Amino acid sequence: MGVLKRLLISFLALGFLGVLVFGVLAWRPAIAPIAPPSPASFPPEIVAKGEVLASAGFCGECHTVKGGQNFAGGYPMPTPFGVVYSTNITPDPETGIGTWSEEAFARAMREGVARDGSHLFPAFPFDHFTMLSDDDVRALYAYFMTRPPAHAPARTNGLPFPLNVRYLQAGWKLLFFRPGHFEPAADKNAEWNRGAYLALGLSHCGACHTPRNLLGAEETGDAFAGAVIDNWIAPPLTAANPAPAPWTQDELHSYLRNGVTALHGIAVGPMSRVVHGLTALPDADVRAIAAYFADIDLSNDRLASVSPAVAQAMSYASRGVGQEFDADARLYTAACASCHYNSGRAPLAVRPDLALNSAVSLPDPTDLIQVVLRGVGAHEGIPGVVMPSFASALSDADIARIAAYLRRTRTSLPPWTDLDMKIAAMRGQINSTP
Amino acid sequence: MTTFRINGRAVAVDVEEDTPLLWVIRDVIGLTGTKFGCGIGMCGACTVHVGGRPTRSCITPVGSVADAEITTIEGLDPAGQHPLQRAWIDLQVPQCGYCQSGQIMQAASLLKDFPTPSDQDIDAVMAGNLCRCMTYVRIRAAIKRASAELRKAATND
Repeated sequence: MGVLKRLLISFLALGFLGVLVFGVLAWRPAIAPIAPPSPASFPPEIVAKGEVLASAGFCGECHTVKGGQNFAGGYPMPTPFGVVYSTNITPDPETGIGTWSEEAFARAMREGVARDGSHLFPAFPFDHFTMLSDDDVRALYAYFMTRPPAHAPARTNGLPFPLNVRYLQAGWKLLFFRPGHFEPAADKNAEWNRGAYLALGLSHCGACHTPRNLLGAEETGDAFAGAVIDNWIAPPLTAANPAPAPWTQDELHSYLRNGVTALHGIAVGPMSRVVHGLTALPDADVRAIAAYFADIDLSNDRLASVSPAVAQAMSYASRGVGQEFDADARLYTAACASCHYNSGRAPLAVRPDLALNSAVSLPDPTDLIQVVLRGVGAHEGIPGVVMPSFASALSDADIARIAAYLRRTRTSLPPWTDLDMKIAAMRGQINSTP
Repeated sequence: MTTFRINGRAVAVDVEEDTPLLWVIRDVIGLTGTKFGCGIGMCGACTVHVGGRPTRSCITPVGSVADAEITTIEGLDPAGQHPLQRAWIDLQVPQCGYCQSGQIMQAASLLKDFPTPSDQDIDAVMAGNLCRCMTYVRIRAAIKRASAELRKAATND
């Protein structure tokens, strides 16, 4: 037998062995279905705890569609690999999780495996929920098993072959997923650890704020470095955050609890839903999340920069007012200053200062354009206060002029490029999304 | 169905969610003190308060103000005796009067944010409210008069 032929046979044999080993590692047993437990069998205080956790874990954000029953699934998540639809997690025995025992539910949360042994796509953030405590998973199970059952079969995902083969998700998990409970850091205090548990485990902040690699896994070495999600930019939560003033614990707490801070602005779009979800948590928990991120972003090292940042922001008060030959400045004053102008020593929270807002300092103008085109509803940002949508009021060219003006005068960062094109694209995207 | 409160009264309107709030206020609810000037939020004639903040109602979709508190010129003061309204009459501010509802609503919020506004503050915050009759000089004077009256009331209490 020639050397080449021997090599080929060995190669094929190894390959076959590899597939066998992978098959063994990837296989998960089905867990026997159970009769749907009676809601009365769950202690009310555990169900109540589960409700708080489900709110702060934003389960409804993905598992409920507008106009659909709560937790009945069907929410489309566009991924680089195709559209993935969320599933029905009501206790319906046929189309939901009614026949799932607590063991099956916990395995799904911790390992991303369904009751029947099939792997779940990591669009479901089991890589975060794996950190939840057993008590919290138990409470979530109690909550979901006591919801009204909805008959809603899972929608077919838009993933092309072979990406739709669930078995292959085991390979993804082998590469990128390590199941395990949250490990408190011994050198941090209880508040920090509580905040870390909530941010990393339950509220899965990194699912939006951590960049992902080509296979869609979070780059955990670059945690919270910022990412693009759903046509918004989730800014970095590290010291790389470009806002002029640092995110201290007080700033973060005010933002997450009230949806607004004087030194950074308001929570809009996806973040306003985060604020809503976190309202279920006791204030100490929100302070804990704030403490965690205030530490991550090294805000304590940057406290000295707060006063200069505010002073700088307030120095723009006289721009565009009075005799002004800059046409862009006049446009900004006419269209925006009535609400965004600030003067004196410090900005007012009800007058969101654009010099301090991270939307103006991000490398990409996406977030600023989104807010100008969409406006801000009464349920977003400052409760009961709105910003009108300027989509029908200003042309792409005008919005580009205002964005460029803010960039050029409020920051010393490189100018944004292709503003007209980006605005037009975003307008089209907003108009085509229901 | 969008529900909100207007001048302290709860209302529910059955219109498309993207209907401009201005039309709802004028045509559906029947409060015609708020005016249409340009339809693109650039003249300020349509200014009302949403959550106490001045808002251009011609570009605000009614869907976005669900559950909010709206105040129009009719509701600024139950007896029409807001210090700004009194100053407006004392100084004979309006000429044709068309922009004045928006001017007063905007100025009311200006005084909340800047109780002693400088000329620069007035220039910046009122810049979005246009007056074709050019009664700006009297608007500025009335704002300052109302500010002084509010300050006196605050220190006398």
